[in-house]
Amino acid sequence: MDLELMVNSFPKLLSAAVITLKLLSVSLIIGLFIGLFFAILRLNKNIFINKLAYVYSYVFRGTPLLVQIFIIYFGLGQIEYLRSTVLWVILKEPYWCAIIAFALNTGAYTSEILRSAFQTIKPGIIEAGKSLGISNKVVFYKIQIPIAIRQSLPAYGNEIILMMKGTSLASTVTIMDLTGVAKYIISTTFKPIEVFIVAGGIYLFMTFIIHNAIKFLEKKHSFN
Amino acid sequence: MELLAFGDTGWGDELFYATLMTIAVSITAMFIGFLFALIFTPLKLSKNKFLNFIANSYTTIIRGVPELLVIYLFFFGGTGAVMFVASIFGYNEYIEINAFITGAFAIGIISGAYSTEVFRGAIQSIDKGQFEAANVLGLNKFGKFFKIILPQTLRLAIPNLSNVWQITLKDTSLISVTGLVEIMRQSYVAAGSTRDPLFFYSFAAVLYLLLTFISMKLINRLEVKYSRGY
Repeated sequence: MDLELMVNSFPKLLSAAVITLKLLSVSLIIGLFIGLFFAILRLNKNIFINKLAYVYSYVFRGTPLLVQIFIIYFGLGQIEYLRSTVLWVILKEPYWCAIIAFALNTGAYTSEILRSAFQTIKPGIIEAGKSLGISNKVVFYKIQIPIAIRQSLPAYGNEIILMMKGTSLASTVTIMDLTGVAKYIISTTFKPIEVFIVAGGIYLFMTFIIHNAIKFLEKKHSFN
Repeated sequence: MELLAFGDTGWGDELFYATLMTIAVSITAMFIGFLFALIFTPLKLSKNKFLNFIANSYTTIIRGVPELLVIYLFFFGGTGAVMFVASIFGYNEYIEINAFITGAFAIGIISGAYSTEVFRGAIQSIDKGQFEAANVLGLNKFGKFFKIILPQTLRLAIPNLSNVWQITLKDTSLISVTGLVEIMRQSYVAAGSTRDPLFFYSFAAVLYLLLTFISMKLINRLEVKYSRGY
């Protein structure tokens, strides 16, 4: 055990953890909107729109995140037309490519979580709203969405943790996040166990915080 | 399309073998995962606090740390660990472990943590009366486990195990960082030499979709088979 290396690498890994958290929070926020959008499409009665949303979530849930990042980072740059548009400003940055991939990926899972939450809302609650003379729109925004969010909290908490682990793939497109820095230190010092303990410890700590934050929210917004 | 031709002119046969490799690694990893689950599920259910602690640390650490980090640990640390063990037995030459074994083992440990949780949940949700009934019938320990508990556990566990299989299958793409030639690695090589990454990575995505689709169909059949009588 090389304690000195562990102590020395800790500040480096900690500052890399900030990048991991940035990647996570930005992609979760974008992903939540994407997920909500596709969840609403899934509830649409039009078969075409419905299928479209289903195909989106099926494709992104059925392929590895690594493939998605590589298609966006290496693949899209190949299209000549894209290089001449404004989009290229975003797509040439590995940071934004990773965020786009993460957001689309978590969006697919979030849409499934929200869809099942919407479907488990008892019809009586919606009928009660209608019988009070509240318009459909207000029923949706003020009644259905808050209940669906509460219903989906436990599953969404898992998704946040999975996504946090997913951000480690950003290191494959040259971003020096927690895993990227850990790999760099491992490959220069050849002390994998020490670095794994420190980096893994930081990840576990973040998992622990997220897990408890979600538990707290669940308690706060429980129905009884 | 000529990019996918079989033989020397295209990448069809290379990608075909890479797909077989992905399937082989996934199945091996899933199997190693089952072995880990076989060890850790009883520890999780045991009444001994210390054994509980060991099993809980295993599942918590593995499920809280990114897969890629675990793979790096095995990739960089595996050789050292094996050489250390070999040196105890007086063998001091350099040993290089196969990328397949390292990869399958790393993914297997991850998959094992998920399988352990699935089996624990399934066994816990079996009605207590079933255990008591088995006792009343005078079955011995083996009969109780294999004839009464296991079939019911499998019925409850298969839907969740199919999720674990999906996760395992997708995780094998990460082994490409160690150089094992599976779908992802082969696409990387092909994309590099033809300068057509969009095509090859999209094709890789299609291959993964096909694998998940086919395995879902097969698992659904299993599910039907094990829910006979319900």
